[in-house]
Amino acid sequence: MYAFEYHRPASVAEAVRLLREKPEAKLLAGGHTLIPTLKQRLAQPSDLVDLGGIAELRGIREEGGALVIGAATPHGEVETSDLVRRTIPALAHLAGEIGDPQVRNRGTIGGSIANNDPAADWPAAVLGLGATVRTDRREIAADDFFTGMFETALEADEIVTAVVFPRPRRAAYAKFPNPASRYAMVGVFVAETDGGVRVAVTGAAPCVFRLTALERALAANFAPEAVDGVTVDASELNSDIHASADYRAHLVKVMAKRAIASALG
Amino acid sequence: MGRFGVGQAVARKEDPRLVTGRGRYVDDHAPPGLAHLVLVRSPHAHAVIRRIDTGAARRAPGVLAVWTIEDLDRAGLGPLPCKALYDNPDGTPMARPERPVLARGRVRFVGDPVVAVIAETRAAARDAAELVEIDYEPRPHVVETARATAPDAPRVWPEEAPDNRALVWELGDAEAVEAALARAVHTVSLTLVNNRLVPCSMETRGCLAEYDPASDRLTLLVGSQGVHNMRRILAEDVLRIPPEKLRVVTRDVGGGFGMKIWVFPEYPIALHAARTLRRPVKWVAERGEAFLADTHGRDHVTTVTLGFDADLRIVALKAEATANLGAYLSQFGPFIPTEAGGYMYTGVYDIPAALYRVTCVFTHTAPVDAYRGAGRPEAAYAVERALDHAARVLGIDPVELRRRNFVRPGQMPYTTALGYTYDSGDFPRILERALERADVAGFPERRRRARRDGRLLGLGVACYIERCAGGPDESARVEVRPDGRVRLFVGTQNNGQGHETAYAQILSEMLGVDFETVEVIQGDTDLVESGRGTGGSRSIPVGGAATRLAAEAVVEKAKRLAAEMLEAAEADIVFADGRFRIVGTDRGVSLFEVAARAGGEGLDGRGTFQPPAPTFPNGCHVVEVAIDIATGWPTIERYTVVDDFGRVLNPLLLAGQVHGGIAQGVGQALMEETVYDPESGQLLTGSFMDYRLPRASDLPMIDFSYLEIPSTTNLLGMKGAGEAGAIGAPPAVVNALVDALAEFGVRHLDMPVTPSRLWELLRELGVTG
Repeated sequence: MYAFEYHRPASVAEAVRLLREKPEAKLLAGGHTLIPTLKQRLAQPSDLVDLGGIAELRGIREEGGALVIGAATPHGEVETSDLVRRTIPALAHLAGEIGDPQVRNRGTIGGSIANNDPAADWPAAVLGLGATVRTDRREIAADDFFTGMFETALEADEIVTAVVFPRPRRAAYAKFPNPASRYAMVGVFVAETDGGVRVAVTGAAPCVFRLTALERALAANFAPEAVDGVTVDASELNSDIHASADYRAHLVKVMAKRAIASALG
Repeated sequence: MGRFGVGQAVARKEDPRLVTGRGRYVDDHAPPGLAHLVLVRSPHAHAVIRRIDTGAARRAPGVLAVWTIEDLDRAGLGPLPCKALYDNPDGTPMARPERPVLARGRVRFVGDPVVAVIAETRAAARDAAELVEIDYEPRPHVVETARATAPDAPRVWPEEAPDNRALVWELGDAEAVEAALARAVHTVSLTLVNNRLVPCSMETRGCLAEYDPASDRLTLLVGSQGVHNMRRILAEDVLRIPPEKLRVVTRDVGGGFGMKIWVFPEYPIALHAARTLRRPVKWVAERGEAFLADTHGRDHVTTVTLGFDADLRIVALKAEATANLGAYLSQFGPFIPTEAGGYMYTGVYDIPAALYRVTCVFTHTAPVDAYRGAGRPEAAYAVERALDHAARVLGIDPVELRRRNFVRPGQMPYTTALGYTYDSGDFPRILERALERADVAGFPERRRRARRDGRLLGLGVACYIERCAGGPDESARVEVRPDGRVRLFVGTQNNGQGHETAYAQILSEMLGVDFETVEVIQGDTDLVESGRGTGGSRSIPVGGAATRLAAEAVVEKAKRLAAEMLEAAEADIVFADGRFRIVGTDRGVSLFEVAARAGGEGLDGRGTFQPPAPTFPNGCHVVEVAIDIATGWPTIERYTVVDDFGRVLNPLLLAGQVHGGIAQGVGQALMEETVYDPESGQLLTGSFMDYRLPRASDLPMIDFSYLEIPSTTNLLGMKGAGEAGAIGAPPAVVNALVDALAEFGVRHLDMPVTPSRLWELLRELGVTG
């Protein structure tokens, strides 16, 4: 780790001010990507702005029929929240499959989506449910938020404050973990929402994406068999020592089927 | 609390201390004035070092020293020795390239240490390490075992080993084997890979060196598997100082698995730094460093040929292996594929003619040495896979083929064609018991049901035998102190197995004293006179035997004093339950009363056990594996193991050893893959993000039981159990996977059999739900 200045602001406004004053600063949420990166000396921020002391960023509540999860809410709180289990149980399930208990007690939804790791779980839920990302200055639709590998629509000094999930008719997430890291090698989030069927895939490609061909097929017939007629293009998918692009393409279909079956209960 | 004897499932006495964070591992020590050592390591698999500029690093804040090999040569540090050197079959000596403590002129694997930096803090040392400028000229490399001896393969040691061959080693009767194979009715061959493994000890390697100018003595605190060998090699071979000028200490150790036996370059460098700077100097490996610079295990490619007569009895076995030693000869590197494993290639079978020939090769990879099992897993995997394969090729049930070829109990003691004498064992009984406990009769129904759920179920059996507890002697000293304490000094080294408990149990029984009164003192060359360390599952069978002899010597000594105290003839004194009594009366004195009478420190006794022969633990693993057809994901559904470890000291500790070994064996079979990229020579699996270690959730509950068939050569009747699980598991798991896929014509799968490999195979075969 290289030396840096540590800040622990008490409000979002103060955190934003720090980001503006220190162009080389990084935000610290749960730290599950940032801290290992720092320890391996792969990043050298001048300042760390710890969001852990900002009470307004934390918590889960209902708001006009939608579920609002504060950006600094740890995965474990989502996993065990009665409100989440009652309203969108797929989110509790997804949160419970992230990492291990230590990770779930520290890692946050805001940190996960702002980092937009191609193998993170949360982007699949945010995109799959057509959620809205709330920041210190605006609201960003999920479809506009995830722009590329580790890239988002966030401005350099912008802070995610919450994610607003509309309540779907039904939804489910199925994940095939990377055998070593247990990140998603392929994760598929399927939802039937008031705005139509949405399918989001994480882990398989450089960035979370919607599988529109399957969305169309499911709109006609929300059943596992609908997957059979859909082709997943492997040429766009990742290939590494753990899985070829072909294997990932195949797993997208298998996980989609499992998610659909699970959504149907 | 109580007296616990041999055979009782006593809970580990070290656990309250360890699970409440009171363990003392290397990095827990921070004496005043501590300085930190960091190594600059090669980023290349093979390169010539054209120039090293340490100027900027030397000038960096907090830097105390920056050394290259030239500095250490000037200081008189010798190379790291290899202590297992052999001759080729033609009598020529094996290649013996030198391993300097830092690279000299050339680097030979990614992670090869090049420059040592010592600074006030670890961060300062790392900062300075980044300022070291090394001008490398990359050279071509070879990292694959099977390609090492190809005519166009780049050379690791062009002068010493012009064809990358370090050694050819042979055991058995080549002529008899060729003749028997020529006459055989059937011959079956199988070529298999025994995958390279990274030990991944939970506590990474580390050391803390200190120097006392007044006595001109160095102290090294190090995570080791035995302090005495470490001291001898460091003092005599590397530092070239009298051994009494160096004290080696080991406290708690978070796993070693064979890897922590060896002297690594960082230890003499830290010692030299401590005496030069007159400061304590610590080095602790980061996890990434451990992946690169620990010794690795296994890495063989082997072809086994079995010859059978018309009744499918084996007439000959030939195993020809290529073993990767890495870029340098590690301390015992050449021992593992030769003497350690070579004798075990006939397994539990009555094979009249056998030949094992291994070609040890150099590659541009981390040095390879012992890893849990050390040579025996390679042998057991080769023979158990080859036999299973032969059964499928010859159209006979693999279990039936084993039954037909076992060494029978009536043949014991049985001398194998490779020259070992199995003293005891009942292989057929172990197999039948394992099959029964595994409910093999119910397997066809379970297979049908799994198939309905889209899963292919396979059953695998492996009967292993291994060699333990032979080799050098071990000594122990027991003190019975007037204050009611018993102290044992022994030269083996706990790495987490539970030695404190095990030895206390032996002494509690032998001396009739409370378990809690026994203190086990290990891991300090100043306190323990001698020792051979822990390795080869020897601590309890050999160290335990020495402990018993030492306890007997104490009792013998005490008996004379007790006779005096009781004014009776020594012949009339009996010892039981911690008391000496005049036979036929209730007049007596306790052991501790006698110790008080002896005065001073009380009584002591010494014992040395020299094993007359190795022991041969053996057993049978039965595994059911399910493959999810849709994803290729394999899961272990049932695991049954029946072992013969001879007499059992503590069933609880024993189960722990077996469970851990099986987890590591399952890891080798299904998960752990060490990938050096052939193109770049980089270690692609250099962290837990890519190197898959088994987790608790990867394993089912293990049905472990044992038969106690005492060793006839070990004083305690014990056979050793530390490595067995890791030896039996890989062939059993792979046999099960092949069984699951046999209906599609699959005959062999190389380890690790990952979900990705299984899915690609299922796709090739056109198998769908």
